Order: sequence, then structure tokens, then C-alpha cells
Amino acid sequence: MSRPLLIRGGRLVDPAAGQDLRCDVLLKDGFVAEVGDRVAAGDAEVFDASHLVVFPGFIDLHAHLREPGREYAETIRTGLEAAAAGGFTAVCAMPNTSPVNDSREVCEFIRSRGESVKAARLYPIGAITKGQKGEELTAFGELREAGAVALSDDGTWLADGGLLRRAFQHAGLVGLPVIQHAEDRSLSEGAPMHEGAVSTRLGLAGQPAMAEAAAVARDLLVAELTGGRLHVAHLSTARALDLVRGAKAAGRKVTCEVTPHHLLLTDEEVSASAFSTRTKMNPPLREASDLAALVQGLNDGAIDAIATDHAPHHPDEKAVDFDGAPFGIVGFETAAAVVFDRLVGRGKLSLDAFASLFSAGPARALGLPGGTLAVGSPADVTLFDPQARWKVDPQRFVSKGRSTPFSGWELLGAPAATIVAGAVVWQRIEL
Amino acid sequence: MRSIGQRAIKKVPALRGRMVVNLFFEASTRTRFSFETAEKWLSADSLNFAAKGSSVEKGESLLDTAKNLQAMSPDLIVIRHASPGVPHFLARHLKAGVVNAGDGAHEHPTQALLDALTIRQRFGQLAGLKVAIVGDIAHSRVVRSNIWLLTKMGARVTVCGPPTLIPPRIETMGVEATTDFDAALQGADVVMMLRMQLERQGKSLFPSTREYFRHYGLDATRLARARPEAIVMHPGPMNRGVEIASDIADSGRSVILDQVSNGVAVRMAVLYLLLGGHPWEGEA
Repeated sequence: MSRPLLIRGGRLVDPAAGQDLRCDVLLKDGFVAEVGDRVAAGDAEVFDASHLVVFPGFIDLHAHLREPGREYAETIRTGLEAAAAGGFTAVCAMPNTSPVNDSREVCEFIRSRGESVKAARLYPIGAITKGQKGEELTAFGELREAGAVALSDDGTWLADGGLLRRAFQHAGLVGLPVIQHAEDRSLSEGAPMHEGAVSTRLGLAGQPAMAEAAAVARDLLVAELTGGRLHVAHLSTARALDLVRGAKAAGRKVTCEVTPHHLLLTDEEVSASAFSTRTKMNPPLREASDLAALVQGLNDGAIDAIATDHAPHHPDEKAVDFDGAPFGIVGFETAAAVVFDRLVGRGKLSLDAFASLFSAGPARALGLPGGTLAVGSPADVTLFDPQARWKVDPQRFVSKGRSTPFSGWELLGAPAATIVAGAVVWQRIEL
Repeated sequence: MRSIGQRAIKKVPALRGRMVVNLFFEASTRTRFSFETAEKWLSADSLNFAAKGSSVEKGESLLDTAKNLQAMSPDLIVIRHASPGVPHFLARHLKAGVVNAGDGAHEHPTQALLDALTIRQRFGQLAGLKVAIVGDIAHSRVVRSNIWLLTKMGARVTVCGPPTLIPPRIETMGVEATTDFDAALQGADVVMMLRMQLERQGKSLFPSTREYFRHYGLDATRLARARPEAIVMHPGPMNRGVEIASDIADSGRSVILDQVSNGVAVRMAVLYLLLGGHPWEGEA
């Protein structure tokens, strides 16, 4: 183990431990050794955090690292380094690689690749069905042994209700949650954007909000039938959120995540950007009423986590017409900062809730380590500079992906350093 | 511009030495011929690119096609593509001017201009007219461009079609929407029938062409609901007996062929203005 690290004088915001105070945090042997006032440095390296906020390490529940199979778009290395550069100390990798992460071998490969990189931690998510084909369940126990923290068929909603029922039952046995991308394809028909006034104006096919809500409703009912643990990925509509809120109130084991882009941008962006493929992702950007509902959900606990759905593509793949472009934008290096600037900075979200939604919330949703800096917790820390002014320039991203609707945004607040297992894996360089 | 088409020698030197590329990724007869004619009459050098048999079939990307065209320094590109927003995409990547000759179900601006000209020829103005546009509203670029132009000029527009073919929230574009053809026709000055895209049959958007005609086909009985001086328009190509009865299409009420003639004049005007001509120079 490396030298202990003393984070000196930062404002610690750790909602899981009920703390918001200026103090020192001592990291030793990969864990939090001491939290308090004037902690003795001893042989520790001292990190001056007097102008910074100290958060429990940010955990991203939803990312695509593209390796194995599409290393030209992203690799586990570039992905995890980009995550660290966005303040994330851990990332859950969706299984839609090539080959699909549906076996022990692939899962072990991904996990070991992740361990070889000195950046964010990597938690693999295994596929629910072989090849994500929605036909035959994978070996959940083996995936779990190989490091999988959850099961998901990612971009493909498991439409077969009977299979989902059995998936919940098997997953319960091995203690893994099931993540569903809620989209009833028979209603969305794979349309490139949200269905509404904007899609009508632009002559683009639209996915109705109900395609998401219908899928969530069905999933909640099947989860209820089995007592299964459901996590709804990148929830984007007011209707679907109402369903999750209702299920939570009824005591069901359900959690959900939202993305920064669904919190901050509407379908008008497709029009305003003149069909830029930077605005094409799935779920699509929704309407102002959905945004308002999601922000409300962040504040009332209906939403557990903010996740990026970081989905890099090669710039050539996105430099095509809107219909023809693949869904997906990058998110690691903007997520925390855009939410901080636009929601915390404008009084729509407390700093406490912000911290929870990026750390304790995601940790609890999938039962991951971390989420707090209480003594004994993993020494994963996100240091954040609330006064840093910067402008989003995709050309400076660590990620190989460049496509983001936040390009050019001027922001107040940026990750300052990322600490994983007590070691600084990334630090912001002022330019 | 219209008078040029009526001359014995249909050519003016306005765009001599200018190069226009007609980039058609989607089949088109009327619009492509119309643009080509306009270019020839204005003495532009034009180059035709059809996706079929081109480098696109060899897998060249749209961006590479655009960059290669740019390397030949065209002055203007006329683009038709099945995907909405492709003209915008090209405009971002090219120095040449870009004219949208139809992008998916999004827009077809020169069609709206020629429709407006045709209406104005009959009525002297657009303000105050009631225009009914009938058929497959959801997949029609003609509708969208016409809505922008006609409402801007003060016409009242009603769109009408089966519920499966009326896109959600179309009212937000400033029109009325109805599934009741008779109501849409009531008091209309202009009845614009759209082509039923027969290739959409089988997607349960409408049951059969026969039933479609019964509900949304324009025949003499139906047309009697419109104003006596009402005109009938169609952007073509027509499906006779599906959306429009032959006797109506060929009647004195129909201005369908005027639309075609006006199309050339309007496109000449568009090319001329975009290539630096001024509206007050030369003859209108």
C-alpha cells in the first residue's frame, strides 16, 4: 500500500454519515482511517483541500466502455480515465460489448482489464439473457462470481414477461438486482427522438413517453409478482417516475436513475441544434414537463441516482444524418459539473442531495461499496472545486467519444481530483 | 421568371458560369426535372448526382460525398434526401449554398413556394383563404412547408386525414386538425390533396385503398362542400382513384399542372436569389 493521504481542510459533504462540515480526512491502506478536526498528518502526504468540497466517491451506475469489441470508440482504459476525469471513482459497465458480457470469461476479462487501470473502479454488469437476445437466461451465479454487480440486457428491454419473472427469481437467489432499459419497442418503434410537437415539426418519427411508462408498469408488476429487485435505467418521463414513486410508496424493491441530459435538456434541442446528432440518445430528450418532474424526483427521493449513460461512438459514426446516427452521447466528463452548475448553482438541488445522488444513492441502489466516507469505508473520494470556471470543450476530453450536447457550455464548478483506494488517480490541471 | 418559360428561346444568362449540383439521394422525377429546367434556363452549369450507381452505393459516407463535392467548388447544392435534416448537415459542412429539395417528412420549401404562387394566381392573395390539406399528414414534407408559408401569409390551414396519419400536436404549428373530411372541406378555398404513400399499406395505418377513398378521396360530391370557386391542388404524383377521382384531377377546378409550371419559375427565382441576384434586378 502506498503512503497515507491526508485531505486537509475541505468541506466534507457526506449525507450517508449525516455530515457537512469543514474537516480533515485521513486515508490509509485503501480505507478511511480518520475523519475530524486537525488530524495529525504523521507520515501522510497532505492534500490541501481548503477551497474544495470533499464528497464520497461518485459512482456511475450506467456506462458503456465498448471493450471488448469496439475499442476504436472507447477502451476500458480510456473510459475509466475519462470517468476519473469527471470525478467518478467507480463505474458500472453495461454488457453490450462484443462479445456480450453474458459469460464468466467475458466478465472476468472486463473486470481484470479494469483492475489493471489506475483510474476509476470498474463493476461489470452481466447480461440477463445470452447474447442479449431475450431468449435464454445467462448463468447468474457464475457472472456474480466473475464480478457482476447487476444484470441487464441494457439497450434491449426484456419484453418476455415470463422470462423476466424467472430472471427476478434467479437473480434474487444470487442477490443481484435486475436493471431494465424501459422501452416497449412495439410502441417506440425505434424512433430517433421523443414524440411530441417537436418531432411533428421536424418530420422525425417519435417515441411516445408511454413507451417508457408502459415498460416500467409491466416491470413493476412482474417484480411485485416475484418480490424481485428492479432498477430502472435512465428514467426520462414524468409518467414513468410517477409509477416508480408509487411502487416505492407501496414498499416495493425498486430504484431508478436519471441522466444529466434528461434533467437539463428538452427535445427542443434537436430543433435548436438543427438536427445535430449530439442530441440523439435513447431514451430521447423529453419535454419541459418531464424535466420539471425529474428535478422534483431528485428532491423528494423518488430518484436514487444520477447516472451518465456514457455511450461513446467514433466521431465518424456520429457525423451522419440524424436518422442514421447511433444513439448515445458521452457523459463522464460533464455529468457532475453540469448538474452542479445548473441545478445546485441555481438553487434547484441542495448540495446534500447532489452528493447523495452521485454517491450514497447509486451505492445503495446496486449494493456497492462506498457511498460514504465514514471511518472504515473505501478511500474513494471526489474533490470538487465549486469556484472553477470552465467551458466544455469535447476536443479536450479524455474519452475517445466527442459527442455531447453540453459542448460549449460555460460552467461554474468542476471536479478537482479523484481519489480511488487512497491514491490520487486524476487531478485537474488549470489551463 | 415565369415569362422565360413562355419564350421561344428559353434561356437567360443570369447564372452563366455558376455551378449547381443536383444531389438526389431519393427518387424524384418532378422536382429534379423542375430544378434542372430552372438551372438550364438560367444558364447555370448543372451536374446531376443520383444515389443509385454512385459512390454512395459503394459505401461512401454522406460527409465524404459532401467533402468531395466541395472540392469541386460548386456554388449551390440542391439536395433531396429521405432523412430529415440532411440539408442542415450539408450546410454545416459545405461552403456552397444548399437548397432543400425535400428532406424526409420534414420540409419541401420550394414546393410550398410554388403552391403559394399558384394559389395567389387564382385568388390574388393568400390572406384570409381557407386551405384544406388532406391525406397522409404525418409523412408529408409538403404539408410542413406549406403550413409555415401559408399561415405566415395569413391563410387559415386545416389538415385532415385518418387519425393514424395525423402526427401528434400538429396544432402547435398553427393549424386546425380534423379527421372529418367533410368538415375540412366546408367553405374551403383551396383543397390540397396529398399522395397516399401506398408503400405504407400493411402497416395498419389505413385499411385499404378502397376504404381510404371512401373516407378521404376527393370526388365531385365531396368537392361540392367547398366554395364554388375552390381550386384543387396536388403535389404529385397522383394515385387516381385513391386520393383523388380522375374527373376532378382533370377538371377546370384542378390547378395541378399550373403547379408544375410554376415550380420551374419558383426554382429559378430561388436559384437566382441565392446566387446573388437581387429581386429588383431584371424581370420578375
